[in-house]
Amino acid sequence: MAINEKTVIAAHDDAGPGYRFLVLDAPQLASALTPGQFVHVRVPGLEPTALRRPFSVFDADDGKVTVLYKVVGRGTAALASARVGDEVEVLGPLGHGFPSSSKGVPLLVGGGYGVAPLHFLAKRLKDPRTILFVGGRTKDDLLALDRFEALGVDVRVATNDGSAGEKGFVTGPLDAALDELRGRGEAFELFTCGPDGLLKAVSDRAIAAKMPGWISMDRHMVCGVGACYACIQKTVRGNSRCCVEGPVFKAEDLVW
Amino acid sequence: MVNMEVNLGGLKMRSPVATASGTFGYGFEYVGAVDYSKLGAVTAKGIRLDPWPGNPMPRHAEVPGGLVNAIGLQGTGVEHFLKYTVPWYRKQAPDVPMIANIWGGSVEEYAEVAARMGDAVDAIEMNVSCPNVKAGGHTFGQDPKVLHEVVSSVRTATKQPLLVKLAPNVPSIAPYVKACEDAGADALSLINTIPAMVIDIENRRPVLANRTGGLSGRCVHPAAVKLVYDAHNVTKLPILAMGGIYEAKDAIEFFLAGATAVAVGTATFTDPGVVAKVYDGIAGYCERHGFAAVSQLTGALV
Repeated sequence: MAINEKTVIAAHDDAGPGYRFLVLDAPQLASALTPGQFVHVRVPGLEPTALRRPFSVFDADDGKVTVLYKVVGRGTAALASARVGDEVEVLGPLGHGFPSSSKGVPLLVGGGYGVAPLHFLAKRLKDPRTILFVGGRTKDDLLALDRFEALGVDVRVATNDGSAGEKGFVTGPLDAALDELRGRGEAFELFTCGPDGLLKAVSDRAIAAKMPGWISMDRHMVCGVGACYACIQKTVRGNSRCCVEGPVFKAEDLVW
Repeated sequence: MVNMEVNLGGLKMRSPVATASGTFGYGFEYVGAVDYSKLGAVTAKGIRLDPWPGNPMPRHAEVPGGLVNAIGLQGTGVEHFLKYTVPWYRKQAPDVPMIANIWGGSVEEYAEVAARMGDAVDAIEMNVSCPNVKAGGHTFGQDPKVLHEVVSSVRTATKQPLLVKLAPNVPSIAPYVKACEDAGADALSLINTIPAMVIDIENRRPVLANRTGGLSGRCVHPAAVKLVYDAHNVTKLPILAMGGIYEAKDAIEFFLAGATAVAVGTATFTDPGVVAKVYDGIAGYCERHGFAAVSQLTGALV
């Protein structure tokens, strides 16, 4: 059940060039959210009729909800100028998230700000085997890696320009790890969020390896609660709503 | 205490505030976020005989003061609706009547869907004016003769209060209102979305996969008020008015123009609290202006 909580901005900091951490005092949402779910934010500073913007959740703990976002359009530009103490209406918790545990080695694969829900997931999994594979165009797109390391996560990096980690795509270090795990006959589960190209690459690998793959999709949304049928993702069951049946889908259910 | 009850063509509502079809799912999705105690009815998303996939993505575009959509009436079909959706809704919101919105590709389909609904729903709203589906809907609402035929056919198929949701894009609403009245409709719903288009100038393509869509939201409100006013001038049928209600003032304009009840639509996407704010604001207005009942506002222009 979704609630519309009147939250207050507790902190609003840079998370990298063009990226921001938004921390909200949101006691009801903080205790209700699970990893992979999202919140629908009424952006302060936009006109009163503006649609809400959906954000995945980086962290939900101690009465606070943290969102990690990139300034990409009109909505996030307006959000970026919101100040500590400002009130923000937030609808949540929304959607189906990641499973709460992983039978095999948890392999988290993130691109850019797609690491946001993976951080919340790593924190809740509390699995010492967890590995994060993270990719970006340059080192500037690698976000919050210190926060993953603080959780004890093994972080493996690739950048397109080689400015950090391995040069190339994140599938490089991922495939190396998959080979190693297969060599040892170890089971794994894949959890991913990021650009569609990355999601497809991870989804294909999960299906090929016959291992669970949990794919977090990002689609433009209107209502966020399943009422309007605007955010459609094609699945084996037909036109599914990203906001309700997703945003996390099973790899084998997605139709690309 | 202001009496907030209204009678919409036989549908008794404890509040004059309903929700508009297509903006409120199948009625239960907003439980927790919307104050259902202030709702007089919900209108469910359009249902035809069989499941319908709707249009390709993208299905919406945000515009200043509104929204252009071309969802294309994605729906589960009447069997699933009656077997699963309605019982689930009754469990979630036992006190709020449900208006089922129906459509079809033929006169016979409309009648069959209405007949199958029986008394499982509290009222039926016929969609004869969706701009986003070629085969159904729109074609039945653009010719008074065809409209009369399809409404008559549904009238014989159901005993429930029957509303007809009309298109705004007609030269004069009067012949359509008359056709509904003569065919035995109990009430009118005004307005459906206004046909619209948004173009991405960078790639010189329409934003919507369907190319065109329907405009809703604050920007359509004055156009909707005028159509309600025109319709009320030529009929005694009660009117469920919708189009750009974001605050009580918007709803009160509709009452004064001739509406019996109002429906909040697109605004709920932005603020699920609009329903409660509109209800409270209407009650406050009635108190301030000495109206003992909201029903006294209908057509109360001086």
